[in-house]
Amino acid sequence: MAKINVRLGSRGDQFRARDLFREAAAGIDARPGRLFLTILGTVLGIASVVVTVGLAQTASGQIARQFDAVAVTQAMAEPGTTRSGWGPAQPVAAIPWDSDIRAGRIAGVEAAGLFASVSLQGEVITALPVNDPSQPMPASPPLFAASAGLLDAVRGYTTAGRFFDAGHDARADRVVVLGARAAERLGVSRVERQPSIFIGDRSYTVIGIIDGMQRRTDLIDGVIVPMGTARANFGLQAPEQVHMRIAVGAGPVIAEQVPIALLPNAPDNVRVQVPVLGSTMRDNIQADINVIFLALGAVALLVGGLGIANVTLLSVMERVGEIGLRRALGARRRDIGAQFMLESVAVGLLGGLIGAALGVAVVVVASAAQAWTPILDTVVVLASALGGGVIGLVAGVYPALKAASVEPITALRGGL
Amino acid sequence: MTVLDLFPPEAPAEFVPEPAIRPAVVELRQVARVFPGDPPVHALRPSNLVVADGDYLSIVGPSGSGKSTLLNLLGLLDRPTSGEYLLDGVPTGQASEAQRSALRGGRIGFVFQQFHLLPHRSVLENVLLATTYSGVPRKERRQRALAALDRVHLSHRLHFLPTLLSGGERQRVAIARAVVTAPQVLLADEPTGNLDTTTSDGVMDLFDELHRDGLTLIVITHDLSVSGRAERRVRITDGNLSEID
Repeated sequence: MAKINVRLGSRGDQFRARDLFREAAAGIDARPGRLFLTILGTVLGIASVVVTVGLAQTASGQIARQFDAVAVTQAMAEPGTTRSGWGPAQPVAAIPWDSDIRAGRIAGVEAAGLFASVSLQGEVITALPVNDPSQPMPASPPLFAASAGLLDAVRGYTTAGRFFDAGHDARADRVVVLGARAAERLGVSRVERQPSIFIGDRSYTVIGIIDGMQRRTDLIDGVIVPMGTARANFGLQAPEQVHMRIAVGAGPVIAEQVPIALLPNAPDNVRVQVPVLGSTMRDNIQADINVIFLALGAVALLVGGLGIANVTLLSVMERVGEIGLRRALGARRRDIGAQFMLESVAVGLLGGLIGAALGVAVVVVASAAQAWTPILDTVVVLASALGGGVIGLVAGVYPALKAASVEPITALRGGL
Repeated sequence: MTVLDLFPPEAPAEFVPEPAIRPAVVELRQVARVFPGDPPVHALRPSNLVVADGDYLSIVGPSGSGKSTLLNLLGLLDRPTSGEYLLDGVPTGQASEAQRSALRGGRIGFVFQQFHLLPHRSVLENVLLATTYSGVPRKERRQRALAALDRVHLSHRLHFLPTLLSGGERQRVAIARAVVTAPQVLLADEPTGNLDTTTSDGVMDLFDELHRDGLTLIVITHDLSVSGRAERRVRITDGNLSEID
């Protein structure tokens, strides 16, 4: 049958995409009122999906923001512990003295500092070493050791004076920084005059008072000496913990890299606490609400798809005469099928676009009413709009097959 | 006589001087159409028919005589049960559905009793519709549609909707749509069936003009005044074809 093709020549200008789009557009355009009702189901379905996802993301954005200051950007590393027989857990390894510097080099770590609690070995911290046998032994505030970076790493701040620096640490200076409550207990409120406190019978100069530290509130009650001082004067063997302030989302990387940085020979012996990823948290909080609304959205989409299928099928029945005419004018079955398919997809896509726009508007308005920042994944919005097209595609299959199977003879017997 | 050989094998030479260059536009060889049933309906008994280029043929017969069956076969809307139909020298019996569609679009123009115009599309768009399926080069489409509408004297109605036109005008739009693709043959099925006498005459005058311009016409009708305009007349009775002299 090559002869036919040769004789007809220009296949290039036969019914192709451009004509197809024109014909489909004209078919949709013919009945605007019906078009509105047809797309309504899809619009509502897509809109409800977008609203559900959008409000879920917005709400979890709110939750994540509340946790930002503390949970999401704090991390801590310490040696792993083991329980041998009975007794308290023993660390299985000692982390090096420069752990804070090592951890600080890792991308995502914004500040790092060492921490250790120091045994007083029966001595008492007092403002004045008064030995009064008639009085009961006063309870001592706990003693901690810290490196210069710790204050920043645990988000503390000085309310008076200053925190110590690497110099104090290296020289093992006899200086202390007081937690705010410990300072109150010891009667120290100003540091300009360089007040002293006594640990046992040795005096230490108070250089600052600190507060804040939401993740280590015990520091507020404690007296803090530089690491070097704790090593020299109290026999501290090793730092206990490295506290880190990290960038949002850096948790997984840090969990992987910090152990290697601290103990390259035995990274398994380092235990790292990193924040739970935001998305995981979000999922946990919103999962059940989402399921309900997404189910509703799915039902709406199903109804919307059925609506499109129904109306397209109806339109095929109505336009049997037109189909017959097109076949008589040389349209192939696939041309007819493609036309109705495209009409259905276009209607679905239109519904998807309107629905997605409507959904975005609802999310924005609802967020504005709650004074929230609307958060909506662009991908979700675009995918929803395209989802409308997919619904149209699925809904159009049966009507399109029906249209393609119309016999021109039967069709032409009826009118247009 | 159940079978009438309108053109015996040696005859075509008289009607078509150069058959090798210009084959008959329509050639039916022992074509029959039987609708299965109990008993089977012989809508068209094995018949031969040759329509040469430029012929003006009318097919007359009472309703139920097989006119529609013949039109459907000639228009490639239906396949014969037996025999071979050559359209413009191309055998169509074994052609695929897509190839038959292409032949319909490219070589046959249809005019129906019911006009079959799309109600929501303008006159011009209705005519353009035929060009989209038949492989008319895109650049020529509009120009050819305008020429076709000019030929049926409807240049002043280009942007009207068919619903606003009279019956005669609608049928002229349908004729413009049928000729815009420059088909080898125009098949008209009761073209005046829905028209009054005056407008019928207008349409038939148009057919005469088209015929003078060299178009091959096959008009199916039960109206003797319409069939009387044709050069050749074929009667169909109970599925049998016979030429009226």
